[in-house]
Amino acid sequence: MNVVAEIILQFGMLSLVAFGGAGAVLPEMHRMAVETHHWMDDATFTQLVAISQAAPGPNAIIVTLIGWHVAGLSGALAATTAMCGPSSLLIFIFMRFWEKIRGTRWRLIIQTGISPLAIGLVLASGCIITRGADDGWGAYGLTAATVLIVLKSRLNPLWLIGLGALLGLAGFV
Amino acid sequence: MGQRQDISHSELFWGFNRIALSGFGGVMSWARRAMVEERGWLSSEEFTSLFGLCQFMPGPNIINMSVCVGARFQGASGAVVSLLGLLCAPVIIIIALGALYGRFGGLPAIQAMLRGISAVAAGLILAMGLRMAADLLKRPLLLVFSALILVAVVFLRWPLLAVMFGLAPASIWVTARRYCRAP
Repeated sequence: MNVVAEIILQFGMLSLVAFGGAGAVLPEMHRMAVETHHWMDDATFTQLVAISQAAPGPNAIIVTLIGWHVAGLSGALAATTAMCGPSSLLIFIFMRFWEKIRGTRWRLIIQTGISPLAIGLVLASGCIITRGADDGWGAYGLTAATVLIVLKSRLNPLWLIGLGALLGLAGFV
Repeated sequence: MGQRQDISHSELFWGFNRIALSGFGGVMSWARRAMVEERGWLSSEEFTSLFGLCQFMPGPNIINMSVCVGARFQGASGAVVSLLGLLCAPVIIIIALGALYGRFGGLPAIQAMLRGISAVAAGLILAMGLRMAADLLKRPLLLVFSALILVAVVFLRWPLLAVMFGLAPASIWVTARRYCRAP
């Protein structure tokens, strides 16, 4: 199959299971891009995630970057459209129904019941990115320090990303 | 601030454009500030309700949000305009960064910087997950499902679709029995 068609198919399916957002399907993207299709190696995947985190905008633009890396401009546009299209259509249709069941017990149950899965998936993404990114005590220390600083302060993450770049350049990581 | 109903297409486009460009590492907290506090598009309660929907439905949360808000004020065309407003600038920027990476990514200095940024990026994602998990402490039994899906995806490397369809009904069932009983 043509690689752009493959991208549309894979990200289109991912769009419909991305409960908890793009951060939650990073492990699945990793499986797909690195293990199943061999579009890139582990280190490249991790670096693309890092670049997407350092860029402004929704986290979902990681798929644009993956598409670009695999198949240039058409890959980037195909991946973005496939990741955003199906889920957008679904929520457009579902929106009215959701407003109608406002305040009902079932709405609360579904909302509450799905959240631990979304949380588990975000933590799984963190684990997979850590595994790909960190290969020494310096890197693990920097990851741990980031977690602590983010949880304890309201510092803009951009400062941490800049600090990470400097520490990397200084050979600490 | 009073509620407004007459949000035009161009206001939606530029509003979401601004939201997209002011947020690094996720934009949802910015979106709330812009839409509820600065522009008065939504009341706080409406925002929370829509946010619940956007989290519960599949797809990137903020992208779902732009579709809902756009549709609310201008129907289907409003949804499209809001989505484009949110995505256009970030997509152009990320493609430029991707091109730079393709060209210079192999240089040792760039590799060193990216190693540092990657370690920070990993921490940002972990911290987001931990923050979300803190909300779950009120319902500790549900943390079991967080742990199960983490193990299945990270260590067993099972495909997400199968894991999701196995665990979601179980998690919803436990929630119904344990935490949201019928009155």
